[in-house]
Amino acid sequence: MRRPRWLAAGVMPLALALAITSCSSGDGGTDEPAAGGGDPKKNESTEVSVFGTEPSRPLVPGDTSETGGGKIVDAMWTGLMDYDPVTGEPRLANAESFELTAPDEYTVKLKKGWKFHDGTEVKAHNYIDAWNYTAYSLNGQQHSSFFAQIEGFSDVNTPDPDGPDAPLLPATPKAKEMSGLTEVSDTEFTIKFTEPHAIFKVKTGYSAYMPLPDSFFADPEAFKANPVGNGPWRYVARVPDQSLQVERYDDYQGDDKPKVKKVKFVFTDSDAAYADIKGNQLDFLDTVPPQAIAGNVWETDLPGRAKAYPVMAVQAMAFPVYDPKYASVDFRHAVSMAIDREKITKTIYEGNRKPLDGYTMDLVPGYTKGGCGKWCEYKPTEAKKLFDKSGWTGPIQITSNADGGHKEWIEAACGTIAEALKVECTFEPVQAFGQVRQAIEARSMDQIYRSGWLADYPLVENFLNPIYRTGGSSNDNGYSNPKVDAKLAAADKAKTEKDAYRLYHEAEVLIAADMPGVPLWNTPSISAWSERLTNVRLTPKRELDLSFVEVK
Amino acid sequence: MGRYVLRRLLQLIPVFIGATFLIYVLVWAVPGDPFADMCGERPCSPQFIATMTDKYNLDDNVFVQYFKYMGALLTGDFGQTYAEQPVIDLITLAAPVSLRLAVVAVVIEAVIGITAGILTGLRGRGFLDNLVLVSTLFLIALPTFVTGFVLQIVLGFQLEILNPTVSSAATWGELIIPGFVLGSLSMAYVSRLTRTSISENKRADYMRTALAKGQPKRRIVGVHLLRNSAIPVITFLGTDIGNLMGGAIVTEGIFGIHGVGKLIFDAILSKQGAIVTGVVVMLVLVFLLVNLVIDLLYAVLDPRIRYD
Repeated sequence: MRRPRWLAAGVMPLALALAITSCSSGDGGTDEPAAGGGDPKKNESTEVSVFGTEPSRPLVPGDTSETGGGKIVDAMWTGLMDYDPVTGEPRLANAESFELTAPDEYTVKLKKGWKFHDGTEVKAHNYIDAWNYTAYSLNGQQHSSFFAQIEGFSDVNTPDPDGPDAPLLPATPKAKEMSGLTEVSDTEFTIKFTEPHAIFKVKTGYSAYMPLPDSFFADPEAFKANPVGNGPWRYVARVPDQSLQVERYDDYQGDDKPKVKKVKFVFTDSDAAYADIKGNQLDFLDTVPPQAIAGNVWETDLPGRAKAYPVMAVQAMAFPVYDPKYASVDFRHAVSMAIDREKITKTIYEGNRKPLDGYTMDLVPGYTKGGCGKWCEYKPTEAKKLFDKSGWTGPIQITSNADGGHKEWIEAACGTIAEALKVECTFEPVQAFGQVRQAIEARSMDQIYRSGWLADYPLVENFLNPIYRTGGSSNDNGYSNPKVDAKLAAADKAKTEKDAYRLYHEAEVLIAADMPGVPLWNTPSISAWSERLTNVRLTPKRELDLSFVEVK
Repeated sequence: MGRYVLRRLLQLIPVFIGATFLIYVLVWAVPGDPFADMCGERPCSPQFIATMTDKYNLDDNVFVQYFKYMGALLTGDFGQTYAEQPVIDLITLAAPVSLRLAVVAVVIEAVIGITAGILTGLRGRGFLDNLVLVSTLFLIALPTFVTGFVLQIVLGFQLEILNPTVSSAATWGELIIPGFVLGSLSMAYVSRLTRTSISENKRADYMRTALAKGQPKRRIVGVHLLRNSAIPVITFLGTDIGNLMGGAIVTEGIFGIHGVGKLIFDAILSKQGAIVTGVVVMLVLVFLLVNLVIDLLYAVLDPRIRYD
């Protein structure tokens, strides 16, 4: 008789948002499902249901930064570049060519014949207008900071003089358009940067850089009710908080034309979704809930239809360096060297996560080994020496949201820390992820906190700039080192991608010398699917490859 | 009777205002940043915060905010979620589902509970009485999620009699098992309540008179005894409907039912104040009206009760 699941049911009421941050483990001994093709007739008639979470903003790509909406935006839009679903390598998509015509200027030529779902052609001005709209600070778009390197950005986006909570609002921007974007013809435009920024090309597959049709600018409210993209999937209908349907766009010109005709994103609870997968009522779930991971239950429940996929995501812990308690570099290095990453990944995750050796990971273009060096290796005696030198008093506390399956590894990490440093170490959980976020944004954290990162686009730069640069969009702990900033800026300005990767790696080494955050291990995702799907694979962005999947 | 109803409806208004004001304050005036989770792992841009603050009137005094909110409510505008969907759409989708679930649960618990209560109440001590007492004790001791998961696993996966989760249409038939799970705890209470009420009333004078008059047993129990014993049970069932509508979070989660409980729970976690206040206002109204109906039912059941 199977082990009763009510043991693990204590973590039951998970918010959908928390399902994203839930850890997963396991690299099953299950095989790839029959990679044979599907049945073309079934591909046309079956509606494939995919687990998702309700988008928390209207479906405008420049305003969508969470994974619920991101999944749908990625299906409905295709940008200048996109990323190989297996290797994550960037490749041209809507762009015919994307060449560096001057050290600080790119010229983009668009492919001819691409259309939006309402039949209008995708022209250069659709990109330029969309980018200007997103960058213009009064539009309040979440991705406005992604255009910071383009010339004219400071005219359209003024910084907040005293922080988000304080009364002063930013000044009204001088212009609504960035001078660095110039339309040459209907199918060609140039992007000029204030300083060379070769890496920009690789970023353009991200939702921040999608084009918008003219109908958006004519009537944004109507657009939000009926979003129009240029990607392989066209919006059909939605039931708020329940589901959203898309259909294959048959005039799509890209190489990644889908085989299946209809897809429905279903917004539900992660545990109910897992029950549905078992009962074949739901076709795909990208991350199984903790109740299925406990004891590797997913392997026995779903033989041949579940697998662990590598994803561009890492697990880490961060120090609130604005708190003077954590000012000592020796203390931070000591903590990092006292965590036995090998042992924890072997015992808790049965060897299915790999310890990190730097701030980036090996699935991402630009990765170079050993960014963290000895600071991320388990060296208990040296750790103890540094710890004593730092003069730390009192217990070490690590916090996280209580659900999402983090308790086990944090307690294990605390265990190795306590053993190596001979100090008390405790896990202090809080109710919901929002509380952690709130303390972080108020800069009032006084405990070490769990921090993870799912890359926005496959590039090592995304693991460094947003988090460790002074004023980075996700620099939560106030870390600031002018040498690191200079190195990152030099990498951004590099003339070739290879130079950039070398400089990013040097920045990584500098960051490790300060250790504002402790890299731990990667976080693969265990996905599960129903019996009628074939050709299933998860992209490194933790989404089902909708162009490859078929129904058998 | 008419005047009583009118008086009760008028009393409803201050209660409604008081309750909704308290809820509004608890949701919106509690310190904390309402936009903490909305922008993924990054803090929100200041323009975004400014737009939202304006939209939800967060800069105004609490009383002003409340009046603006109530004003909008009376025209049917329950506000928008952060994703700019009208809250009223979410409520109109979730409320009928939860109502059906609550009705199924109440019917199941009423039928089984009252029947068990009558049989044991009439018979007194005996095997059936002990059986019912022990099984109700057992049901009270089991938490809802245990009953829920066990039934889902046994009926849904092992025996494969039913679908393990409920489809988004949530028809009456699909809701029987979740209704049973939801009602299992209250069923225990209903049967014990009925049992006590019946064994108390069966010794009453009018019962002996009816028996002496030679009335058939069926009529004595069905008409006289039951009507008089029903009052505490009806009270309990009435409050239960209100509880079940809003509080079925665990059951809704297990069976994947898109109901009000799940809507509120998700809204609380994602700090969507507009949804929480909208749903709670609706629940307050439902509760007040159901209570009024229950009170009126007393007069129907027991003619001695008169309202002026």
